[in-house]
Amino acid sequence: MPRPGGMQVAQKSKDFKGSIKRLIKNLKPWRKLLVLSLVLAMVSAILSLVSPNYISDLTDIITEGIKPNITETTFTDIMKDPSIPLEDKQELQNMLSSLEEDATQNEMLELMDELPSSIYNKIEPQMNMTRIKNIGIFLGILYLLSVIFSYVQQFAMTTISNSFAKSLRTKISKKINLLPLSYFDHNEMGDILSRITNDVDTIAQNLNQSLATLVSSLTLFLGSILMMFITNWIMAITAIISSLLGFIFMSIILNKSQKYFIRRQEELGNLNGYIEEVYSGHNVVKAYNGEKQAYEEFDVLNKKLFDCNRKSQFLSGLMQPFMSFVGNLGYVAVCVVGALLTMNNVISFGVIVAFMIYVRLFTNPLTQIAQATTSLQTIAAASERVFEFLDEKEMPTEEEQTKHLDPTKVKGSIEFKNVKFGYDKKRIIINDFSAKANPGEKIAIVGPTGAGKTTMVNLLMKFYDINSGDILIDGVSTKKLTRQNVHDLFVMVLQDTWLFEGTVRDNLKFNKKNVTDEQIWEACRVVGVDHFIKTLPGGLDAVIGENDGISQGQKQLLTIARGMIEDSPFLILDEATSNVDTRTEELVQKAMDKLTEGRTSFIIAHRLSTIKNADMILVMKDGNIIEQGNHDTLMAKKGFYADLYNSQFKKDI
Amino acid sequence: MFKLFKNFNKKDIMAIIMCLVLIVFQVWLDLRIPEYMSSITRLVQTEGSSMNDILLQGFYMLSCAAASLFSAAIVGYLASGISANFSMNIRSKIFNKVGNFGMQEIKSFSTSSLITRTTNDVTQVEMLISMGLQMLIKAPIMAVWAILKILNKSWQWSILTGIFVIILLVVISTIMLIVIPRFEIVQKLIDKINSVTRENLTGIRVIRAFNAEGYQSERFEEVNNNLTKTQLFNQRCFALLNPVMMFIMHGLNLGIYLIGAILIEKAMMMDKITLFSDMVVFSSYGMQVILSFLMLAMIFMMWPRAEVSAKRINEVLEAEVSIKDGKYTGKNKKEVGTVEFKNVSFKYPDADDYLLKNISFKVNKGETIAFIGSTGSGKSTLINLVPRFYDVTDGEVLVDGVNVKDYQSEALHNIIGYVPQKAFMFTGTVTSNVKYGSNGKEITLDKVKEAIEVAQATDFVSKMDGTYDAHIARGGTNVSGGQKQRLSIARAIARDPEIYIFDDSFSALDYKTDSVLRKELKKYTKNATNLIVAQRIGTIMNADKIVVLDKGECVGMGTHKELLNSCDVYKEIALSQLSKEELENA
Repeated sequence: MPRPGGMQVAQKSKDFKGSIKRLIKNLKPWRKLLVLSLVLAMVSAILSLVSPNYISDLTDIITEGIKPNITETTFTDIMKDPSIPLEDKQELQNMLSSLEEDATQNEMLELMDELPSSIYNKIEPQMNMTRIKNIGIFLGILYLLSVIFSYVQQFAMTTISNSFAKSLRTKISKKINLLPLSYFDHNEMGDILSRITNDVDTIAQNLNQSLATLVSSLTLFLGSILMMFITNWIMAITAIISSLLGFIFMSIILNKSQKYFIRRQEELGNLNGYIEEVYSGHNVVKAYNGEKQAYEEFDVLNKKLFDCNRKSQFLSGLMQPFMSFVGNLGYVAVCVVGALLTMNNVISFGVIVAFMIYVRLFTNPLTQIAQATTSLQTIAAASERVFEFLDEKEMPTEEEQTKHLDPTKVKGSIEFKNVKFGYDKKRIIINDFSAKANPGEKIAIVGPTGAGKTTMVNLLMKFYDINSGDILIDGVSTKKLTRQNVHDLFVMVLQDTWLFEGTVRDNLKFNKKNVTDEQIWEACRVVGVDHFIKTLPGGLDAVIGENDGISQGQKQLLTIARGMIEDSPFLILDEATSNVDTRTEELVQKAMDKLTEGRTSFIIAHRLSTIKNADMILVMKDGNIIEQGNHDTLMAKKGFYADLYNSQFKKDI
Repeated sequence: MFKLFKNFNKKDIMAIIMCLVLIVFQVWLDLRIPEYMSSITRLVQTEGSSMNDILLQGFYMLSCAAASLFSAAIVGYLASGISANFSMNIRSKIFNKVGNFGMQEIKSFSTSSLITRTTNDVTQVEMLISMGLQMLIKAPIMAVWAILKILNKSWQWSILTGIFVIILLVVISTIMLIVIPRFEIVQKLIDKINSVTRENLTGIRVIRAFNAEGYQSERFEEVNNNLTKTQLFNQRCFALLNPVMMFIMHGLNLGIYLIGAILIEKAMMMDKITLFSDMVVFSSYGMQVILSFLMLAMIFMMWPRAEVSAKRINEVLEAEVSIKDGKYTGKNKKEVGTVEFKNVSFKYPDADDYLLKNISFKVNKGETIAFIGSTGSGKSTLINLVPRFYDVTDGEVLVDGVNVKDYQSEALHNIIGYVPQKAFMFTGTVTSNVKYGSNGKEITLDKVKEAIEVAQATDFVSKMDGTYDAHIARGGTNVSGGQKQRLSIARAIARDPEIYIFDDSFSALDYKTDSVLRKELKKYTKNATNLIVAQRIGTIMNADKIVVLDKGECVGMGTHKELLNSCDVYKEIALSQLSKEELENA
């Protein structure tokens, strides 16, 4: 089916050959289907190449049935035939003699139709109806086979492209789990998302169309050239030259229009971006009287879009009429040259009919080949992005990590020994940090926004590896523990209240197996969120999703309950409660306090009560731990901490 | 849809009529072509016809084809002009209309919906118009004309063509009926796969901390499976279309020839040649009929989508703008720098509950008034009434002693420096962002620098590439939340307003920057009136007047000290943030 718009802008790939090669290598599991599909594409192309010859035969047989038998021999045959009455023979002779020299064929035929049936039967042209029937049946079967083959071929191709897309999505999703966190800190989420949906989709869709089309079009193209030359070389050259003339002209237009299409895409993007900006900043635009400025800028962008919109639409609209003109041109050329040859008895009329179809068979694949190559380029560009992601460096494997700590038996001491760390190997931000926390102690981490408090989380959870030094849990180096084992030892409750779309129960249980409803309710009771869950329609079976009306505070409580259920000896907690009303905040804080009971806790502290009661305070600034000690010693030091603490309560507003 | 078409002006309509005429001409030409084909065929077959005759007919046929191409080009030119112009005008109309919207209308449509209405929906309608002008007009004319041409040739052929058209339509509509509802499902599954991946990315730390990678992978695979299955089904259905169409075209051709053979066999000799050329002609007209119906089917596939888009566009264009400009230009002021609320109540027009109930206060030049309360207490709503983002339901808001409803909005906004809750950056430079908008005065570069200095932003701006001319990316993604907030404050300062409105504008700043900024601001804006909404007690405890809001009602008004003694809600908020001794120390 012709696509509206009719054109696609090819995306540029960095290494076309390499990407396509790799793509084909990745298609290996579907090798058999792929071969089947491509062979079928070729077969059905060959079938449609064969059919014009039979149509040509058909026409010839019909043509034979038009011309009356009025040669010298039939005339003498009739005259000699004793079964024909004499008066009938007389009539024929009268008729022939009455014919004037310049009588038209029609006049002659009209007279013949009036001849007596005995003679009429003799000179009536005979059509070979059995052959017609046979060719008809044969062609019918041929077309039917062609339909079946091409459907099976497309069926196979859709299967390949969709399963391939599925496998790519799975690979990307698995890859996400294997990448170090640093990758996500440096790359935008939108980018990864667009690879998993847009790029994979683009590959699937274009793969579906391009490979088989390319094969069948090439077969058709080469085959029709071959068939044309076999049938008649003069006609072949005529057909090819006349269509190519048209195509050269068309490719000139195409080349010109390509740039308008690219520009149109860009302008559309610019305008959409601007609209988005002005609409989302509506209150600022209004409050600052920016409307006029906005209209003016919009107008400029809108006019620019109009300009290339109009040009690109015009040019793409031209394609279809141009194609049919090229078709007609080919037709006339074939007819004229064909007529010349027929009159000189070089070819039969059927050859002309066959060539009419060849011209069409020959011109169609040219456009299709052009489209398929565009598709292939798009595939190459999209798969480059996907492969690039799949090639990202993964976290090191953990075969050497042989020790294992059982979360139920861990006592809960943790020690930092001369830890050195930097996100960038050249820029060490934590220099020689040492500290020790005994089981059940509370360590508060404080500092201004952006001071790198999450760095501590990253190190504790082994999200990042330290450059040198060691972190020991119950005296065992975390370097000797698998990441999974370390994660098992920690409960982590962060500020962003991450919950997934699913039931409350699934969210609370999360990865932990064999959790009974009683245990869930128990945890919820401790956290104080049990009443809230009971008010939800379906209780534990209520679905959390977008627009679920669950407030930020309730979500925070749910994440705390989730941590409670996980029940590990260490705790990492971010106290920040944003956008929570006072009453819920109180609830959340109570729940947090419950969570810290009996656990060695690292708390990103926002409350003074936590800070003051902490066994140790780590003060962070610009990614580094600049001071450590408890509240009193740090205040006495009159350093950064004291400054920070006091600044909130200065009297001068 | 037709309502939108009213936006065509006279010139467009002239162009559309031109298109119509040209298309009729084009169809006439297109249908002439097979006639020339048939006479060429006849000439080739009749013995003794001269080469010149054939060439002449060939020349006629090519002229027709060329003329048809030419007229198609003109139609294409006109149609692209009409549709591009149409979309430009509609887009501009929507944009202007949205510009006049108050927050009320923005909220009821939602920003993202307004964006798709201005961009995507307009493109949908534009596509229908540009395709429609060419196909929708051409297809029926072509179909009817071609049918008329072949109707009197032979009923056997006509019936055959009719049968094939019906088969075509049945196949297309069956496939569409099955597949189109599934397209929506596919869209939903794509959204779902996006949202699961988004979950996996946003929650990557949590997932790893809980060792739940496998769990999440299972969830992903489930959606992945569903998506693949539905896609496969859809595409397998669609894959039928092409082979069936090919079969119909070839089959019709073959059928016409076979029927033709029988007819010729039975005919009188005189009619045989005519029948033969009729047959050749019919096979090409029959193809035209099929193609026309194919085009019509395509238009009907596009129509419903465009119709939905047109409806969405009309909703915007027809929306009533609730806030109407007054006449007061800000001259001959009675008072300067005052804001007064007189028994103000507010609710959204379609809501039952009041968001603000009976609020009254007055703040004078140079004073600072602060608003505090839990989320949903109505602080932001209250402060948004001053620049008249919303209109009050009852009572009056007076600025400089004049009701805000009487102001020309430009005059009102000229005296206000509004800093929104969510700092907003425009694509451009630091300077263009700070001097954004207009207030009747030229904002000099010195002023910009000064504003940036006061807003405590000089530090990071001077470190940026290009300092004051440093590029700000779309959505301000290249500056942090706190930096955005400071620039957004600088923008207000650069205007030198009489009245500042800070809608929780210090939240992304750390305590220290917050306090330094406020100190500097206080010095700089000695004569200006400040309205501050805040969550942190520390930010507002030194205000001249604090208004405590709870569920839309004013439950306390006074200074920090007064409120600590008199207002329970205030005390509760304060206690949750500061310890007792700290409160007393303050």
